[in-house]
Amino acid sequence: MNRYPLWKYLIVALALVIGFIYTLPNFFGESPAVQVSSAKATLKVDARTLDRVTTTLKEAGVESSGTFLDSNGVKVRLKDTDTQLKAKDLLEKQFNPDAGDPQYVVALNLLSSSPQWLTRLGALPMYLGLDLRGGVHFLLQVDMKGALTKRLDSVSADLRSLMRDKTIRHGGIGREGERIVIRFRDEETRTKGRNVLEDNQPDLQLADQGEGSDLKLIATLKPAALKRIQELAIKQNMGTLHNRINELGVAEPVITQQGADRIVVQLPGVQDTAKAKDILGRTATLEIRMVDDTPGALEAAMGGQVPFGAELYVERGGRPLLVKKQVVLTGDRLTDAQAGFDNQTQEAAVHLSLDSAGSRIFKEVTRENVGKRMAILLIEKGKGEVVTAPVIRTEIGGGRVQISGSMSTMEANDTALLLRAGSLAAPMEIIEERTIGPSLGAENITKGFHSTMWGFAAISAFMIAYYMLFGVVSVLALAANLLFLIALLSLLQATLTLPGIAAIALALGMAIDSNVLINERIREELRNGSTPQAAIHTGYDRAFGTILDSNITTLIAGIALLIFGSGPVRGFAVVHCLGILTSLFSAVVVSRALINLIYGRRRKLESLAIGQIWKPGNKAVQAK
Amino acid sequence: MEFFRIKNDIPFMRHALVFNVISLLTFLLAVFFLFSRGLHLSVEFTGGTLIEVNYTQAANLEQIRAGLGKAGYTDIAVQNFGSSQDVMIRLPLKAEQSSTKIGESVMAALNAEAPGATLRRVEFVGPQVGKELAENGSLALLLVIVGIVLYLAMRFEWRFAVSAIIANLHDVVIILGFFAFFQWEFSLSVLAAVLAVLGYSVNESVVVFDRVRETFKKVRGLSTPQVLDHAITSTISRTIITHGSTQLMVLSMLLFGGATLYYFALALTIGICFGIYSSVLVASPLVMWLGVSREHFIKPKKQIEGANEDGAVV
Repeated sequence: MNRYPLWKYLIVALALVIGFIYTLPNFFGESPAVQVSSAKATLKVDARTLDRVTTTLKEAGVESSGTFLDSNGVKVRLKDTDTQLKAKDLLEKQFNPDAGDPQYVVALNLLSSSPQWLTRLGALPMYLGLDLRGGVHFLLQVDMKGALTKRLDSVSADLRSLMRDKTIRHGGIGREGERIVIRFRDEETRTKGRNVLEDNQPDLQLADQGEGSDLKLIATLKPAALKRIQELAIKQNMGTLHNRINELGVAEPVITQQGADRIVVQLPGVQDTAKAKDILGRTATLEIRMVDDTPGALEAAMGGQVPFGAELYVERGGRPLLVKKQVVLTGDRLTDAQAGFDNQTQEAAVHLSLDSAGSRIFKEVTRENVGKRMAILLIEKGKGEVVTAPVIRTEIGGGRVQISGSMSTMEANDTALLLRAGSLAAPMEIIEERTIGPSLGAENITKGFHSTMWGFAAISAFMIAYYMLFGVVSVLALAANLLFLIALLSLLQATLTLPGIAAIALALGMAIDSNVLINERIREELRNGSTPQAAIHTGYDRAFGTILDSNITTLIAGIALLIFGSGPVRGFAVVHCLGILTSLFSAVVVSRALINLIYGRRRKLESLAIGQIWKPGNKAVQAK
Repeated sequence: MEFFRIKNDIPFMRHALVFNVISLLTFLLAVFFLFSRGLHLSVEFTGGTLIEVNYTQAANLEQIRAGLGKAGYTDIAVQNFGSSQDVMIRLPLKAEQSSTKIGESVMAALNAEAPGATLRRVEFVGPQVGKELAENGSLALLLVIVGIVLYLAMRFEWRFAVSAIIANLHDVVIILGFFAFFQWEFSLSVLAAVLAVLGYSVNESVVVFDRVRETFKKVRGLSTPQVLDHAITSTISRTIITHGSTQLMVLSMLLFGGATLYYFALALTIGICFGIYSSVLVASPLVMWLGVSREHFIKPKKQIEGANEDGAVV
């Protein structure tokens, strides 16, 4: 009756083996490494970069214990922190000869030093949160109202030119809060205006207002359009942040959206918050200027004699380009940039949308400069970069601009990204900041580890003393629980924080409850005169219902924390919930399997090593 | 080894009134302190800036205060944190000041007046975040209460659900009362501990209720108080051992976890101690007064006669 079928033992064994494999990487620790990744969207890190890294290090005689390429970039594993610093300096010099204009991010990093076969299985050490490894955490709030206002302003400018084009007389167009108000003198014009708007502005919702000679048409953005603008704004800001953070040289930055209008930025290992904030808060601007193609001017500029009113830039392909200083258009006029395809040639292309004022200027400029080149520059920190420099083929009106020709889909995507980055959709504000020094992080790990270890030791000592062999089994089950929990955390790569470690400790402290329940039940059955085998059987069976109930109530609390918690609470809740689930398995199934292995096969079992059983002489209540 | 050698059922219910009066008094006292003193909320809830610095020698708090005062900071709290070398500085939110620069300017002021400080941790929380956290905390509490009541009502009986939640909410209030009385810092992790304790103590009541149900079903001719006494007596050894074990772990956190985990562990300790008391000695009498009786468990059994009733019955 106390025997498990073979498959149950196999499941337990399999779970233990898997648990062990995925826990293993945590024991190997991490070794110092240097990571080289691209600082620019237009630059890709590939096998050639890998070669370059390897040869650079070999030539300088720096020994590395492995270089490889992954989605983040090239990573070099090194044997100690001294060589790590040396390698970083070397690679920095090699990859970024001009320190003022970094092309690559060369950052210090840590790599799991577990053997290759483990990494190939996807077994990685637990992902440590910022409070354990040190770094900066920012929560940024995107000013959606600002984004909307900007959009509505550009829409009202569009409406003005639309009315003019269609020769509809209106008494003024203006933005009032989050709506656009268009005034008309008579009903007929208003109907005409309404029809025109309905045909040309699908994003707007229109309503009539006013009477007599003061008629109004109220235009508001449709909810779908509103949502699209907000989503675009946050995506655009995240993209911009990505580009800027690259400059900080952070190995594994985390940039994620939180809620509808917030962005979390986590920079592990960064200590210089002032610089980080400076870079995050910086605004990039986009400028469209004409290319100076006076014969001989470029050659003169190359020789050091830049003509008056022009500047020398380098194009993406590496060719020099002479650009006039006079700005034709700025990024404010650009409302969107998307990668796509040319309708006729099916070539990759970038589609730009300009607002009405921008379209008018663009139309004039293109009319006067057919056959010439224009340059789109991204200006950041007073330094410009040529994003693209297309040739003007015809006059372009209507504000829809397409840049195409000799670019891949990838390049079109990158260009669109850069163009959008130049016109940051909405202002952002830092609403939460957390900086944790590296020493504090290491200290937190030790403290968390010690708490768990001593707590575990105390519980083990007590359980074994009190329940003898059954205590040993309970402790083994508890150890299995710890193993499963750490394996799960490593497998899921859930972020482990200090509250998370506290949750591990607490999970162990609570998980022992199940074993206490079982052991007490078995003792009680023995006290009531059951045979040892029957006592084990009923003890486990009866305790299970109680264990389930009590764990579910605890789980309810955990889930509530998971749903509503943020930051440290969430870190706690994740581990807490996982801990409850693993404890159900380990306390009931694993401990039963052990007990069955020990006692299950003995037919004539006289007694159980579960500590002293004391039988009272008379009982008030005897359960039957 | 066996600690509990109880011959007869202990007549807990005879003293039910006394236990509940004690509970009520503690509860009222906690409420009183909550209102008169209020919680000492952490920066996470109030918004503001928290800076933790470390000195190689014992820090001179007066000097730090004076230095920061000179730099134009008013309404600051400077205190030791964990050891005499660690100092925690709290600054309130200021509308006119650029919040993002505070960390650096405080460090500059410290280096001028009380040199030798290394920055360990900066936390800045804007006003909108704090408000949201308080809201989410209350929502989480509400969800836990509703979830547990529903589950217990489904699994047992509404009387059990109501008594369990009352008994355990009273624990929560008492924990908060302690935090108000001693003006310990109430942070997000303390909130997490409070909610975890709520789930944990309810599980204590569940174990007792399980026994109550079982006794009602199996033994005839006992009055309700006798059934409750029997249930409590037969689970008391498990109650003490379980909580003792959990407390061992929490104690370890209290001793080795450092300043960050200190209040977290403290909240758990109070929660565990009062959890035993309330779930056993408060929840059970409540069930009794709400009028639970044998019929509540026998009737449905007859209706589902022949059905598989074995699985969930303990």
